[in-house]
Amino acid sequence: MQPDAISLVLAAVVAWLAIGALGIAGLRKLRFVSRVLFPAGAGVGIALAVVAFLAIGAPANAVVLPFGLPDLPFHLRIDALSAFFLVLLGAMSAAISLFSAGYFRSSEGTPPGLICFQYHVFLAAMALVLVADDAYAFMVAWEAMALASYFLVTTEHRIPEIRRAGFLYLLIAHVGAIGILLCFGVLQGGSGDYTFAGMRAAALSPAWASVGFFLALFGFGAKAGILPLHVWLPEAHPAAPSPVSALMSGVMLKTAIYGLLRVAFDLLQLQLWWWGVVALAFGLVTALFGVIFAAAQTDMKRLLAYSSIENIGIIVSGIGLAILFKAYDKPTLAAIALTAALYHALNHAFFKSLLFLATGAVLHATHERSLGKLGGLIHRMPWVAWLALVGTLAIAGLPPLNGFVSEWLLLQAFLFTPTLPQSFVNMLVPIAAAALVLAAALAAYVMVKFYGVIFLGRPREANLAYAKDAGKHERLALSLLAAGCVLLGIFPGVVIHALDPVNVLLVGSPVGEAAGNWLMLAPFGEDRSSYSPLIVLVVIVAVVLVTMQVVHRYYHGRVRRADPWDCGYPLQTPRMQDTAEGFGQPVRQVFEPFFRIERELPTPFDATPRYRVDASDPWWHWIYVPVARAAELAARFVGLIQQGRISVYLTYSFVTLLALLFLVR
Amino acid sequence: MNVLPLYAQLINLFAAILLLLSFAMLAQRRVLSLIDLFAAQGLALAASTAIVAFGTGQHHLYWSAGLTLVLKVFLLPWILYRLIRQLDVKWDFERLINVPTTMLIGIVLVVFSFNLAVPISQLASTVTRSTLGIAMACVMLSFLMMITRRKAIPQVIGFLSMENGLFFAATSATYGMPMVVELGIALDVLVGVLILGVFFFQIREQFDSLDLKHLEKLKEGE
Repeated sequence: MQPDAISLVLAAVVAWLAIGALGIAGLRKLRFVSRVLFPAGAGVGIALAVVAFLAIGAPANAVVLPFGLPDLPFHLRIDALSAFFLVLLGAMSAAISLFSAGYFRSSEGTPPGLICFQYHVFLAAMALVLVADDAYAFMVAWEAMALASYFLVTTEHRIPEIRRAGFLYLLIAHVGAIGILLCFGVLQGGSGDYTFAGMRAAALSPAWASVGFFLALFGFGAKAGILPLHVWLPEAHPAAPSPVSALMSGVMLKTAIYGLLRVAFDLLQLQLWWWGVVALAFGLVTALFGVIFAAAQTDMKRLLAYSSIENIGIIVSGIGLAILFKAYDKPTLAAIALTAALYHALNHAFFKSLLFLATGAVLHATHERSLGKLGGLIHRMPWVAWLALVGTLAIAGLPPLNGFVSEWLLLQAFLFTPTLPQSFVNMLVPIAAAALVLAAALAAYVMVKFYGVIFLGRPREANLAYAKDAGKHERLALSLLAAGCVLLGIFPGVVIHALDPVNVLLVGSPVGEAAGNWLMLAPFGEDRSSYSPLIVLVVIVAVVLVTMQVVHRYYHGRVRRADPWDCGYPLQTPRMQDTAEGFGQPVRQVFEPFFRIERELPTPFDATPRYRVDASDPWWHWIYVPVARAAELAARFVGLIQQGRISVYLTYSFVTLLALLFLVR
Repeated sequence: MNVLPLYAQLINLFAAILLLLSFAMLAQRRVLSLIDLFAAQGLALAASTAIVAFGTGQHHLYWSAGLTLVLKVFLLPWILYRLIRQLDVKWDFERLINVPTTMLIGIVLVVFSFNLAVPISQLASTVTRSTLGIAMACVMLSFLMMITRRKAIPQVIGFLSMENGLFFAATSATYGMPMVVELGIALDVLVGVLILGVFFFQIREQFDSLDLKHLEKLKEGE
């Protein structure tokens, strides 16, 4: 008898947990953990990806586990949507585990065996989130995921800032979890049946369905980093070790996307058009905000964290568009928008993991996160630099890499839409498309800054000369991810075809054969728009080769070597290169209202002039600081009750007792 | 005029003694006398429970009475005596509100309790229902005693005396709680006293005194 997909997924989960337990057993045996356990985890990840890939097209497959609470067993189920995200999880975990095998060293913080345990529990919890089929199992897995990732973020827990970042993350994760819990409470519709099957059967009024949808948007948005719940991302990512950042940004954020899709399209049986508009608006604002802030960052991991916010915004706007089309009963268009969102989720997982891991390699080699102290690393770390270049080009949305395909697809969905029956929405769509293009263009700008400042130019600090390239595990992992970026970019037809079961499940229509074959991508017919990445690649390669030949043939050997004109500056130091701050300055200037900028300018008579500019996130001051102040004020009032005298406390209870007796008699 | 049977009259008598002892504890300054009063209260409670058991034929109440006798007349006072000897504290103590005021407040509480007990007594079908008011008054007075004391040991005695009142209330309203609950409470009280005894030592070690005003420093802030 052939084992069914869900049992195999469960086996992978158990295998990960077992690897984690072995990590506990070998708490301080770094070699054992890094050479045996992490590669084993990577193997499990590959197996999971293969199983899940085969399960995308297969019919849904459910199982009820014999444990859980009494009368409340865990229900698990794998369908096309779960399977797609499991593929993502499996592939990413394989590459990131491989990288981790070479990454983790003994440090002051958590011992390696414990990291291994937390890491694999994190993976297992994410897999369980994706296959959970009742609210109870989902919440248990969700919270396990949050806790495991919290401990991973605070690996270097001896540093106070990192503890603070971890706390912020945990706090927002819990606020979000409350939203999700309430959402499930609404979705069961008074039946008391908390299985997902029961929620699908519950007939909700539009008002309650809306409440459920927005609770889900809030709860999953907190995890995904939708504005204004994004503040934990730029704090937690720099704090976490790089493989953990990669895993959180690449996979964990996608579990939130998964949850949102699950609630919006699967558990809720009706969709209202204005949900789509709200999701679209939030998505676009998040994307713009994220990318503008990314441009202003000077810490490479913070920059990537803001870039993750931007990409999540793009994915959410795709989901919003899909809801809009579904509500107006245009399933084919909804399928294209949804495909774009899913495709972007997959792409983002690949290139963002690649870049986070690359920053990890840079961090290990240089012990420096600040862009102002890096530079010229392409000479010292060629492997990392060239592989990161692939990721950088992909995230910048350049053809023929993968980032272009999904953004192009989403733009097509925006632009080539027949008029929707709502004139207001019709006006909105071009504006949304323009915002999306702006975000994409700014993302390219950000990535030029990211890559240029870290890898190009000359080293800004002397100790960068000692930077060593990554080890073989790291190289292999980065190569895998870069290869993924290229392949996903060159064969979009194959990917879109593979995504069709998800579309059929969620919006009731495939993108169809029209979306093109393996060579050509043409979602709306070839006469309207089409894209063939392979031809683009061939053209690019051909142009490069021809140019090289021409240069080689006609100009080579006629080079005159001489002192360059030094522009009147006889002394040039690496510090005179354009800095990260300088590169981001135009964006800071143009989008000044978005920032909260504090400047400290030197006077002309200053002997030791200092220039300081601090562009901080205004959402802190708009939302979080007032909330914190209000809580503090309330706490102060409550604190008045605390007298310290036992007799006073006794009097409180005595008076309460008397009052209650008086009232209920 | 309807004359009550003898055992009911006896129950009422013991109830009155219980209330009187509560007032006495409220006014007692010396800690040793306080323990004696507590033991006396336990004795009155055990006696009244035994009489209820005799009068109504509720045999499980004999067990309760025996338990009360052993625990509250012998064991707990003995533990407390020993504690005082070991801690070497046989002082007089001041109170927050002076004695006449405390007594007046106590009388107000008794009136309130009787007022409160009237509707419940009418619902209850037991012969002892008229004593419910007294039982509640005992609880209230013990609570008041805990509020007015500043030293640790009298507070614990107040707590124990409150438990006496609760026990009496249970007996008078429903002929006692189920045996399991009673045993559980008895055990809780015993363990509670033992733990509090440990606390006494800890508090004294920390502050060189058992005066609870030192604990005020533990509050946050300032």
